[in-house]
Amino acid sequence: MFNRSKFFIGGLLIVAAVVYLIISSTQASAQYFLTVEEVNQRADEVLDRELRISGAVLGDTIDYDAQTLTLRFTIAHVPGDNKEIEARGGLAAVLNQAVNDPTLPRLQVVYNGVKPDLMRHEAQAIMTGKIGEDGVFYAEELLLKCPTKYEEAVPQQSEG
Amino acid sequence: MLANIGFGALLITAILSAYGIFAAVYGVIQKRARWVDSARNAMLLTFPLLTLAAVSLIILLVDNRFEIQYVASVTSRSMPTYLKITALWGGQQGSLLFWAWLMSAFTTAVTLRKWDRDREFLPWVIVVGLITLLFFLLLILLYENPFMKYWALPGGGIVGALFRPAGATLFTPADGSGLNPLLRHPGMIIHPPLLYLGFVAFVIPFSFAIAALITGRTDDRWIRLTRRWTLWAWLFLSLGLILGGRWAYDVLGWGGYWGWDPVEIAAFMPWLTGTAFLHSVMIQEKRGMLKHWNMVLIILTYALVIFGTFLTRSGVLSSVHAFAQSAIGPAFFGFIALTFIASLVLLAWRWSSLKAETQMTSMFSREALFLLNNLLFIGILIVCFWGVIFPLISELATGQKVTVGPPFYERATAPLFSGLLLLMGIAPLAAWRHSTVKTLGRAAWKPLVLSVLVVAGIFALGVRHWAALVGFWLVAFVTGVTLYEFYRGAMARHRKSGENLALAVVRLAGRNRRRYGGYIIHLGVVLMAIGIIGIEMFQQETQGTIPQGGELALGEYTIRYDRLDIFDAVDNRNVARATLSVFKNGEYVTELHPRRDFFYDSQQPMTIPGIRSTMEDDFYVLLVDWLPVSTAGATFKVYHNPLVNWLWLGGFVFILGTFLAAWPEKETEPVLRTVPAQARRLQAYGD
Repeated sequence: MFNRSKFFIGGLLIVAAVVYLIISSTQASAQYFLTVEEVNQRADEVLDRELRISGAVLGDTIDYDAQTLTLRFTIAHVPGDNKEIEARGGLAAVLNQAVNDPTLPRLQVVYNGVKPDLMRHEAQAIMTGKIGEDGVFYAEELLLKCPTKYEEAVPQQSEG
Repeated sequence: MLANIGFGALLITAILSAYGIFAAVYGVIQKRARWVDSARNAMLLTFPLLTLAAVSLIILLVDNRFEIQYVASVTSRSMPTYLKITALWGGQQGSLLFWAWLMSAFTTAVTLRKWDRDREFLPWVIVVGLITLLFFLLLILLYENPFMKYWALPGGGIVGALFRPAGATLFTPADGSGLNPLLRHPGMIIHPPLLYLGFVAFVIPFSFAIAALITGRTDDRWIRLTRRWTLWAWLFLSLGLILGGRWAYDVLGWGGYWGWDPVEIAAFMPWLTGTAFLHSVMIQEKRGMLKHWNMVLIILTYALVIFGTFLTRSGVLSSVHAFAQSAIGPAFFGFIALTFIASLVLLAWRWSSLKAETQMTSMFSREALFLLNNLLFIGILIVCFWGVIFPLISELATGQKVTVGPPFYERATAPLFSGLLLLMGIAPLAAWRHSTVKTLGRAAWKPLVLSVLVVAGIFALGVRHWAALVGFWLVAFVTGVTLYEFYRGAMARHRKSGENLALAVVRLAGRNRRRYGGYIIHLGVVLMAIGIIGIEMFQQETQGTIPQGGELALGEYTIRYDRLDIFDAVDNRNVARATLSVFKNGEYVTELHPRRDFFYDSQQPMTIPGIRSTMEDDFYVLLVDWLPVSTAGATFKVYHNPLVNWLWLGGFVFILGTFLAAWPEKETEPVLRTVPAQARRLQAYGD
């Protein structure tokens, strides 16, 4: 029986190690999903947090400086909830409404890096980064989706 | 017409599958072999029928039949024929049909084997296979039909429907929207089919496991029968994952190969449980232990295979692989829950007959180390699963959606992967049953000394990155142990038979394919580890805009921007192609052509890197942007990826080893366990 308990303790140690790894890594790298509206409402509390924000790109605001690789644009609020998006006629429709409704909250974004291929009007921008004191979102990572064109499993990737 | 044939074939297959399930179960209950034979025939028919459906769709795709919604959504006139064929799996509906088709090929193949000695498994293997197939067919028929047509309604407006709505006329768009340019790459042509092959092939061992549980024939017969199937499944899955990485590296233009994206993880999770399973079945075969565990692993693998298909196809998670939002999510979830629970109930029912025949005796025995290996694989699986579902959990628990990114996975899995590497070095040296620190030490000291010397050498070269040094030490240790194992085996043969060493190595590997194939796979893994260490820990990057004739430096390298050509290519795309001269330490080494293709039909650009690739490093340049007057300048993003080629070389070795392990041997039918006992008893009577 001594042997069994040794195995048991060994197993427990591994389980404990895995649990520790998961918890500590989760804490170290959690990103909060927020909508543009939530960011605007709670700008103070989310100041230093790693955020993940999605919104509809306003084509007119895209300003790209190829010299410094600085990309500036503004996104409009889209709902964060999949069900709500479905209820409003799908992602394409929601993005279209978002860019045409000036009453919706908006957020300025600065991204340093290569301008992604899909960066255009009505695309959905999914970004991770932090809010600056100036209320501008500094994106470290920028992904784009264009549901109007492709609804299939299309990998789109571009990182800074 | 063709669409109707395809749809009809699908419908008939679904009905036939339902019939086959019924006939198999009825045949067993009533003990009527003819019903089981009939079920078997139903199973055999599914493949030709689904071939008909798939070929119909392929012909529609190749023939530019844009009145079919699916065809219009994934092809266009300008696409070459081979790409139109691959468009079969370029979209949701087509890929589900493709899945079902491959699935039926595997189940049909397994039905064709000789069943004389395993007759009692047959009906249940058929049932499991057909239930899985039926589920996918119902998905296709009810939600995701690839044969839907466009109809122009009399009142205006266009709808998609299978049959003509009242008064409507067929609507044929002039051209389709074309396959996404990112998918027009050789890697993408074979990557999804390989993953799918891996997925569906795992259904075979699962169906045998369930058959073993239902019939109560819970010895290791089901494992022996499915050993090769499992290895082939694993081979396809591994190959799919490796090619996916290569495709990402070549096409996605972010200088990486693996992004811990939910869809990647979805394909990786069944691979993890499958790998654990491949290892732990050896313990059951050799020592009669871990029987419950093996059942759990194969049940998990099956659930993860379906879950993986679900993740990529349901839109439940946000991913860089843009998802389709569709109604099939709940259906998938229901099916997974149902099959998982049913499997566990069966397992619980047979729990007592799966008792281990022997006990673990030593912490350092081969079986104990294999168990540890399994725990680590499952640990990685839990990390992955946690990462994938964490957003859903946190939303349910706190209302706040929180996600974890690549740093989470890297941080949490790195120690576990290192542990696996270490085991890869130790386990081959450990003996079954009994091993102590002493015996292990005696076997390991030579490779250990060698590996420390290697690391000392790397340290002397100026590498001070401690994690990389640990990594290189593990790599050197495992390589040393594995080669030493080959050497010991070959020397033994050499001494015994006088064969020369090279021949001895070949014969050795040929005689014991699973073992030495496994060692070659291990070598592949360590080679891949070299590449991963190189790119993960030593990657450098820079970006800049330079005028024509201008230069940009990164490390030892400098690029000079010579020229930009902009022209239209035949397949309806516009190409902007830069010409760069690359200098290393001031000396000219090569010319690179990073380019940007703009596809007119899909209105989408695609960035193709220029890569100078050597075993030492990859120099990887992206053309990011250029000013309208090309002389004014262009923007480049430059990566230096040390050692990354070892990743692909390792992948090649890995697959080679798997081939060796999976290659059919002359079937030496093992004698059933019960037979010797019976024989002894008979003999006893005789005496």
